[in-house]
Amino acid sequence: MAEAILDARGLRKSFGALAATDGVDLDLREGETHAIIGPNGAGKTTLISQLAGNLRPDAGSIRFAGEDVTRLSAPQRAKMGFARSFQITSIYRDFTALDNVALAVQAHAGHSFRFWRPARAERALRDPARAVLEEVGLGARADVLAANLAHGEQRQLEVAMALATRPRLLLLDEPVAGMGLEESQRMVQFLAGLKGKRSIILVEHDMDAVFTLADRISVLVYGRIIASGAPTEVRANPEVRRAYLGEES
Amino acid sequence: MRARTLILAACVLLLAAMPALATLLGQPFYIDLLRRVMIFAIAAASLNLILGYGGLVSFGHAAYLGVGGYAVGILAFYGVHNGWLQWAVAIVASALVALAIGAVSVRTRGIHFIMITLAFTQMLYYLGVSVEEFGGDDGMRLKAKSRFSGLIDLDDPVAFYYLVLVLLLAVIYLVHRLVNSRFGMVLRAAKSNEARSRAIGFSPYPYQLTAFVISGALCGLAGALLANHTAYITPAFMEWTRSGEIMFMVILGGMGTVPGPALGAFALLIVEDLLAGWTQHWQIVLGPLLVLSVLFFRRGLAGLLPGGGRNG
Repeated sequence: MAEAILDARGLRKSFGALAATDGVDLDLREGETHAIIGPNGAGKTTLISQLAGNLRPDAGSIRFAGEDVTRLSAPQRAKMGFARSFQITSIYRDFTALDNVALAVQAHAGHSFRFWRPARAERALRDPARAVLEEVGLGARADVLAANLAHGEQRQLEVAMALATRPRLLLLDEPVAGMGLEESQRMVQFLAGLKGKRSIILVEHDMDAVFTLADRISVLVYGRIIASGAPTEVRANPEVRRAYLGEES
Repeated sequence: MRARTLILAACVLLLAAMPALATLLGQPFYIDLLRRVMIFAIAAASLNLILGYGGLVSFGHAAYLGVGGYAVGILAFYGVHNGWLQWAVAIVASALVALAIGAVSVRTRGIHFIMITLAFTQMLYYLGVSVEEFGGDDGMRLKAKSRFSGLIDLDDPVAFYYLVLVLLLAVIYLVHRLVNSRFGMVLRAAKSNEARSRAIGFSPYPYQLTAFVISGALCGLAGALLANHTAYITPAFMEWTRSGEIMFMVILGGMGTVPGPALGAFALLIVEDLLAGWTQHWQIVLGPLLVLSVLFFRRGLAGLLPGGGRNG
C-alpha cells in the first residue's frame, strides 16, 4: 500500500454520554477519493470536523503526510494543505464571488499584515482567484455578491475556495446537499474531474455521487466504521444493507 | 458613486468654509460646536474600524478618550506642555491600554466581549474618580493647551478647528486604506464568517487584536483633542454612556461605511444641540428619534447617500 497522506487511528469523541466517534481508523492515499457514508446521526460531520481540526478528538491520532497533526488548529492545518467545505454552505455572503476566492488565495500568500495597498487591486490575488472561478464554472458570476448566487452556485463557490488554497487534502462535507438534479450532476462531474489529482475525503448522502466518485467507501454507523472497501464490496456487504434498511424501516 | 463623492466633497468644503461663515453670521459658537462634533467623529471613525468592519462590539471605547485626555492633562499638570510629546504619549498609552484590554477581550465573542470591554472601561472610570491628585470626581483643569513649537496655536479657535478637520479627514482616509488592504480584508472576512476564515487558514485573533489596538490609538488621539477642546479633563470622558454615544454615532451613520461615523457624529450631536436649545427635556425627544432612525435607516445615514451603504 502506498504511503497514506492522511492516517487517523483510534479516534474517539464523545458529547456527554453519546460516543459520536467511537474508535475510528481511517486512511487516505495520495490521489484517492475516500467516501464516508452512513445514516443520519452516524457522526460523519463530527468525524470530518476532527480531521479538519475544528474539533479536538478525546483520543486517537491524526497523521498528515507523516506528521502528527492531532493537536493543530484548523488554521494551522489549512496552512499545511487541508481544505474543507461545510455541510451547510459556508461562504462570505456579503462579499462578491471573486472576493471570496481571492480571500482563500490570500490566506495562503503569506501573512496579511499589509495595511496600505488595496487588496482588490492586487493581481497576485485576483488572477489566481479568477482562474479558479473559471475552473468551477463561475467565471461569469465573479462580481455577483455571494449572497445573491443560487444555492448550487454557492456550493460551487465553496469548492472553489477550497481549491484556491491549492490543497493537498480536500474534506468535502456533502457537496451536493440540497442541490437540484442538474446542479448536483454538474458538481459530480466537476469533482470527477479532480479524481486522481486531489486526495479527497467525501462525506455524502447521495449514493449516485458516492458510487461515481469514490475509490473506496467506509460506512459509519453510530460512530463506528462497520465496513470499508471498494464500492462493489461495500454495496454487497450484508451488514451495510442491514444498517441502511434499519434506518429506513 | 460619482454623486456620492460629490456630496461628500461638498460636505468637506462646507466644513472648511464654516469658520468664515460662522464669523460672517456672527455665530462664532458654531466653530466650537463643530470642532467638538469632529472630535467625536474621529472617535466614532476609530470605533467603526473594529465595530463596523471587525464586528467587535466594543462597549468601552470611551476608555481611550479618557486615556488620551488624561495623558495630556497629567503631563500638563507636571508642567510638560509640549504637544508633540503629549499627543504621542496619548496615542501610545491608548494603544497599550487597548492591547491589554484587547488581549483579554478579543478572544471572546458576543455578549462576553461587550461586557469585558465595558468592565475595563468602568475600572478606568473609577480609577479616574479615585485619584485625588488629578481632581478625582471633579476632574482637573488643563492649565495650558498643547504647544506645537509655535507651529499652531490651539488657543486660536479657528486654527484649532482646522487642525481637527485635517485630523478627521486623515483618520477617515487611514481607516479607508486599512479596511481595503489585505489586513482589512482579513478583518472583514472574520466578521462575515469566522468558521470559513479558519477553514481557509486565517487565524483571526492577531488581526483583530491589531485592529483593536489601532482603533484604541486613534481614539486616544481624539481624547487628546477633546482635552484641549474642553480644557478640562474629568472621569466623565470615560463614562459608559459616552461609550454608548460613540457606538450610536457609528450605528446611526452606518456601520462599516467610510463616511458613516462622521455623519452619525454630526447628526447626533447637532440634533442634540438643537433640541437642548429648544427644551430642557431634550432627551425625551432624542430617544424616540434615535429609535426611529435605527428602524428606518437600516444601513445608517450613509445608506441614504447615492451608492448606498456598501463600502467599496
